[in-house]
Amino acid sequence: MQESSPNKSRPRLATVWLGGCSGCHMSFLDLDEAIIDLLQEVDLVYGPLVDTKEYPEQVDICLVEGAVTNLDNLKLIRQIRRSTRLVLSFGDCALTGNVTSMRNRIPVEDLLTAVYHEASSPIGAEAVEAVPALLPRVLPVHQVVRVDAVLPGCPPDVDRIAATLSALLDGQTVKLEPRMRTFG
Amino acid sequence: MPVITLTIDEALVSARVGQTVLEACRDEGISIPTLCHLDGISARGGCRLCLVEVAGSNRLLPACTTLAAEGMQVSTRSDRIDRYRRMILELSFAERNHQCAVCVSNQNCELQALAAELGMEQVRYDYLDPDLSMDLSHERFGIDHNRCVLCLRCVRVCDEVEGAHTWDVKARGIESQVITDLNQPWGESLSCTSCGKCVDACPTGALFTRGATVAEMHKDAGFLRRILDGREKRQWRR
Ligand code: SF4
Ligand code: SF4
Ligand code: SF4
Ligand code: FES
Repeated sequence: MQESSPNKSRPRLATVWLGGCSGCHMSFLDLDEAIIDLLQEVDLVYGPLVDTKEYPEQVDICLVEGAVTNLDNLKLIRQIRRSTRLVLSFGDCALTGNVTSMRNRIPVEDLLTAVYHEASSPIGAEAVEAVPALLPRVLPVHQVVRVDAVLPGCPPDVDRIAATLSALLDGQTVKLEPRMRTFG
Repeated sequence: MPVITLTIDEALVSARVGQTVLEACRDEGISIPTLCHLDGISARGGCRLCLVEVAGSNRLLPACTTLAAEGMQVSTRSDRIDRYRRMILELSFAERNHQCAVCVSNQNCELQALAAELGMEQVRYDYLDPDLSMDLSHERFGIDHNRCVLCLRCVRVCDEVEGAHTWDVKARGIESQVITDLNQPWGESLSCTSCGKCVDACPTGALFTRGATVAEMHKDAGFLRRILDGREKRQWRR
């Protein structure tokens, strides 16, 4: 685990979108003007909302949306774990596999055949060459790397996100009340 | 009525002879999580969420099937109990396919609520992702085996209250499944009266009203008390 450098003034926040629908990121944007306050407290260093290609070093908090479904996700989540102090499963797909994992009962070969090889244009067989290789099974993040905190919900609503982030930024353990902990 | 005295969570309480530990606790306002239990049908002791510690026994005992006894010392909360309850919930989520976000019972589900209440954060076991079916042959109701936790409330309510005994169980252990009649499609069942008791008794999204979509399935297990009071206390007699 990497400690944040002591002389750094603001926590470095990253958000990551693995195998999910981006709903968790939409919910994050739904913080509305609270996002402006948040961005005064943190440096947003990586994520779909930031134009940085490589996951940076020394990230303090990373919100991971989505499950680990393919080789790219696998590589990225390992990199995230190496470079991040607090990794958070952000939403049900990261936490349980959720909708993303509904393919787990279908063998990958059959899936690719149905979705690509037997599909008509524009997503024909050639698309399979371009997409990263699927893992045999979709995995929740904690089954691949250690996770420090969880934020359930599909997507987690704004109250949950705000409560979780403020606890993490205050250096406290996240302790949501039961009504804020439900899946779904 | 013969009365006994026992200790629950270090307080002396009285109970009636024949009451279970669960009933004695509830009379005292002590809540114990349950899933397979439903007031008004026979106790099953299947889900094991109601486990309590009883002095003199190394094993945890299910409160819903353990009779209260004179001098018994019961603890309803401890780290060990909490740990096992969470483990049981995790195993339930791992055993079948529970994607709450796309479930008819989302936000109206006893399993989901128990997980939140008892602090189940994530499932440490491998999800089994079984390939399970649905039966939509009944004209009013459906069953989704992906969401079934085998509490057998449907089996008991249909047998003991409706008197139809449409539901039963096939196979054993992890292969178990609830079935209608002799494993025929529900819609072809000759015994089912379409009363809907099983649907309201089901704690999860497994049994539902056809046409209900995500989060639309609201259940009311309280119907059972009303029916039984009507019968037993003869409230329906003119
Ligand atoms: S039955 Fe309950 S726990 Fe299972 S998916 Fe539906 S809402 Fe979630
Ligand atoms: S609808 Fe009524 S009779 Fe039919 S299976 Fe359910 S409880 Fe039994
Ligand atoms: S269908 Fe519902 S009531 Fe019947 S065993 Fe499954 S979860 Fe329990
Ligand atoms: S409620 Fe007692 S074992 Fe299920």
